[in-house]
Amino acid sequence: MTDDVKSRIAARAAQELRPGEVVNLGIGIPNLIPSFLGPDTQVFLHTENGLLGVGPRPDEEELDPDLIDAAKRPITALPGASYFDSASSFAMIRGGHVDVAVLGALQVSAAGDIANWAVPGKDVLGVGGAMDLVVGARRVIVTMTATTSSGEPKVVPECTYPLTARGAVDVVVTELSVFHVRDGVLHLTELLGDANAADVAAVTSAPYIVDLEDSHGH
Amino acid sequence: MTATAVISPAEAVSHVRSGDTVMVGGFGLVGAPLALIDALVEHSDAADLTIVSNNIGEPGRGLGKLLRQGRIRRGISSFFTSNPEAVAAVNAGEIEATLVPQGTFAEAIRAGGAGIGGFFTPVAAGTLLAEGKEQREIDGVPHVLEQPIRADVALVYAARADTLGNLWYRRTARNFNPLMATAATVTIAEAGEIVPAGALESESVVTPHLYVDHLVQSA
Repeated sequence: MTDDVKSRIAARAAQELRPGEVVNLGIGIPNLIPSFLGPDTQVFLHTENGLLGVGPRPDEEELDPDLIDAAKRPITALPGASYFDSASSFAMIRGGHVDVAVLGALQVSAAGDIANWAVPGKDVLGVGGAMDLVVGARRVIVTMTATTSSGEPKVVPECTYPLTARGAVDVVVTELSVFHVRDGVLHLTELLGDANAADVAAVTSAPYIVDLEDSHGH
Repeated sequence: MTATAVISPAEAVSHVRSGDTVMVGGFGLVGAPLALIDALVEHSDAADLTIVSNNIGEPGRGLGKLLRQGRIRRGISSFFTSNPEAVAAVNAGEIEATLVPQGTFAEAIRAGGAGIGGFFTPVAAGTLLAEGKEQREIDGVPHVLEQPIRADVALVYAARADTLGNLWYRRTARNFNPLMATAATVTIAEAGEIVPAGALESESVVTPHLYVDHLVQSA
């Protein structure tokens, strides 16, 4: 996956966020989103290891060994930030107080099931906060490429990888399109870049309804 | 006022006995009680330990040192993967792994310290991590029964303690420490700085001293 593809997915996902929302960003593409948020779309970034109000990456002088995000990378805290313990942090998540979780996935199913923590045949020894986030966040936005590196579809009829949660996904943004899950049914709502409906169909094995009426620019 | 005793790291880890369950604070190495872990590695031969910690350290760092000594029998964690040596030890059958979603892990420790006999959470319902657990529908949503987690000894880190044992944490080094401080028979707090009672603003105390049995000054 090229940086250009990642940036395009992040840029489109950024448009899903509304001013003032509390947002938890996963590792990878979701972490590119802040650079695509305009001054009118400021959100509050939550990191599950105990901070609301994550700021930009620190420069050399700002580095603080006690200040990291859930990926254990150095961060800064914005004015008005707050710190809390891990039980409070996940109470915020499960309790529906985090508006949006944006995260990557290995597979998303036609019903909005998500698999993003384990690959069959590999070690299943790290789950972190993945399950809590997809169950608890009010909206779950998945950012991922349409296919695996070997060309297998990632939007599938049923997840074959170990599930993270059932029916948790609201929006899927790939380099080709946007899907929305409405009442447990997948809808293709937007084509991105030069992609046409046939391009999406070619890399999507899940059944879906085509509903491009509110598509931007197509 | 009775001060909480400030003891040496070596004396502190004499409270850990073979077969014990030991909680260790920290998210990775941030907020981990590294002086206490080093003392456990150097001044204790307690083995057959069950370690309750979000991660099993990193290779050769923090709890990763204890792992290399072969003294961990079981790990209860949300993310073993941050230490590839822990993953290898699990795959080789050298340690038993109990993987718990991070929010469930935190809440189970909170429940353990708060006298709660378990709780139902929607997290992990219908997944591999719910296998063998009681499930119940609540308001039409599948939930999983999770048991509280307690320990014989908790090793926590706080940037500042007062001489009574009140604790104040700094930034994201707080994480699991205040929870673990409540959930063990013996809680030992390693503090970056120990100040006189009254020097911490009362409203800023995160862990009241009743939870803390011993203090250790960070190296």
